[in-house]
Amino acid sequence: MTVTAAAQSTPPRRLTNRLWSRVLVYALLIFFAVLFLLPVYMVIMTSFKGTAEVNISTMWQLPQTFSIDAWRTAYERLAPGLSNSFLLVIPATVISAILGSLNGYVLSKWKFPGANIIFPLMLFGMFIPYQAILIPLVQFMSSIKLFNTLPGLILVHVVYGLPITTLIFRNYYAEVPNELLEAGSIDGAGFFGLYWKIVLPISLPGFVVVIIWQFTQIWNEFLFAVTVAQNTPMVTVALQNLSGSQIVQWNVQMAASFLAAIPTLIVYVLLGRYFIRGLLAGSVKG
Amino acid sequence: MHNRRDRMIAFSMILPSIILLGIFVYGFIVITAQTSMTDSTATQRLSRLPANFVGVQNYNDLFSGPLDTRFRIDIVNTVFFTGLFITVCLGLGMLLAVLLDQKIRNESLFRTIFLFPMALSFVVTGVVWKWLFNPSSGINYLPTVIGLPPAQFRWFISEERILEFNWQDLPTILAVIALSIAAMFTLWFAVKRRSRAAIYGFMLVMILSFLVFSGVTASLNALPNPETHGFNLALIAVVVAAGWQMSGYTMAMYLAGLRGVSEELREAARVDGASEIGVYRHVVFPLLAPITLSAIIILGHISLKIFDLVYVMGGGDNLRIDMPGLNMFFETFRGQNFGRGAAIAMVMLLLVAVVIVPYLVNSFRSEAKRS
Repeated sequence: MTVTAAAQSTPPRRLTNRLWSRVLVYALLIFFAVLFLLPVYMVIMTSFKGTAEVNISTMWQLPQTFSIDAWRTAYERLAPGLSNSFLLVIPATVISAILGSLNGYVLSKWKFPGANIIFPLMLFGMFIPYQAILIPLVQFMSSIKLFNTLPGLILVHVVYGLPITTLIFRNYYAEVPNELLEAGSIDGAGFFGLYWKIVLPISLPGFVVVIIWQFTQIWNEFLFAVTVAQNTPMVTVALQNLSGSQIVQWNVQMAASFLAAIPTLIVYVLLGRYFIRGLLAGSVKG
Repeated sequence: MHNRRDRMIAFSMILPSIILLGIFVYGFIVITAQTSMTDSTATQRLSRLPANFVGVQNYNDLFSGPLDTRFRIDIVNTVFFTGLFITVCLGLGMLLAVLLDQKIRNESLFRTIFLFPMALSFVVTGVVWKWLFNPSSGINYLPTVIGLPPAQFRWFISEERILEFNWQDLPTILAVIALSIAAMFTLWFAVKRRSRAAIYGFMLVMILSFLVFSGVTASLNALPNPETHGFNLALIAVVVAAGWQMSGYTMAMYLAGLRGVSEELREAARVDGASEIGVYRHVVFPLLAPITLSAIIILGHISLKIFDLVYVMGGGDNLRIDMPGLNMFFETFRGQNFGRGAAIAMVMLLLVAVVIVPYLVNSFRSEAKRS
């Protein structure tokens, strides 16, 4: 390759320069990595300290005695929130992924007149500050008897998840060559036939991206959870309640934070590649 | 290839989503807009009386009511927070992306570390950083690990404020800023010999200077008494926490962009004698400009509507880091002042729309051109 050829012909001074710049690059990377991980170190370390040990002078030191009391207390306090969140996240994610897939299929392969205007209008829904719809939303939810219920919150997350799931699938299906579908329609397949036989079987990566994205978003969401479903607290609300009360010790708070973060962190570590794709899809063109 | 019946089926499959979003987004925004022009409160709703129409009274109060200092604090906080937050995320994101672009060993490990906070909830971030920012412990005590005295900055409860100004002077300040920008552009146009643009610019400069120097802007002070605002240093704590969480996002965007710059292009620049830094300055960075714009817009709309992070860190009592989203929540769901809450929400919507609508229009116009 040209790169190695160029490297061989460089004079020694440029070589030492290059060595120094490599050292600098790695030093900076390690510095920032430590900086980014500092809060994690603090969380884990504090959570394993006993209540007596959580004080200022030993703040940054490792625990003297290894205690899991904080984790036990945190789990007791957070358990209802964790299970509520799972009951919310799973149906909401699945429904919005299915709807997004159908919408994306229509918008990429069955363009109807006006689709180019309708789609941006749909997308606007994912950028609005939800405060702007919150008052009518609460009224509407109580008028259909879904206020403060789990199904109500599922509905809210499905609706406001539609723009992003539709967007991701639309861009994903845009890459599927039209010839593939034309071949299918010659065989007599209609809207559902083409979807079932041709589009759906190649949709797996799209579904992975959308499901990870929605899972993370809904799990982490706070505003709807605290307004539309106060009586069935989600994990974020439970964590905030726990942290907002003055009597809860820091070691418990840190253990609770970690517990609340575990599901999304697992997803991120295992499927980070797809997570990033969802992230970049959020910037509209991706 | 598609027959008419299938086209109808296709449209009927997407119709429910369109209707739902029509109601839940646009319908609800219209209702919020209506509510914002009434004096609707909990008592009025319970007694089932119709709310009184008060026109733009709520908006007037927010921007110039002597008792509504909180909203004005929020707006000032939002502006400073947004500016600083975007700067930090862009700077750090770009730096990390360029570092990772140097054909690094263990690149994916570093990438994972820089991006993992994105997978967390703002609530988790808030709880953790609240502990780290505790003035009498936390990162202030980090220097003691190597034997130094603890730092003294009080982070999110710091009372310090810089760049102070009087709210009554705001029209003048804005006009002067607009004036300097217009003057800069006019000069630039003049140097580039684009005479028509320069003439328009010159006219704008003249109008603005007339407004400023004749005292028109100074007379626009709707507040009866002076009211000092400024950049609360407590916001730095929020910027650090939010930057920790979101810098990875800009890094990922820039990294995707950097990977799109072909090696041939860079090699061509090197052959032309460009240094490694020169390659970035003259070849790579110009190609990343559109990504910077997208990042500014995405980060900007996140920071304009930020709620959970400041809710957890400030709890609504700490006005030094208060934001409109928080104010709206407390006004509506604690104070039961629906009219006022709706007005705050509409201002937030307007701020976000100013950023997002041109972006969406532009994205889809260029897409329509391509296809």
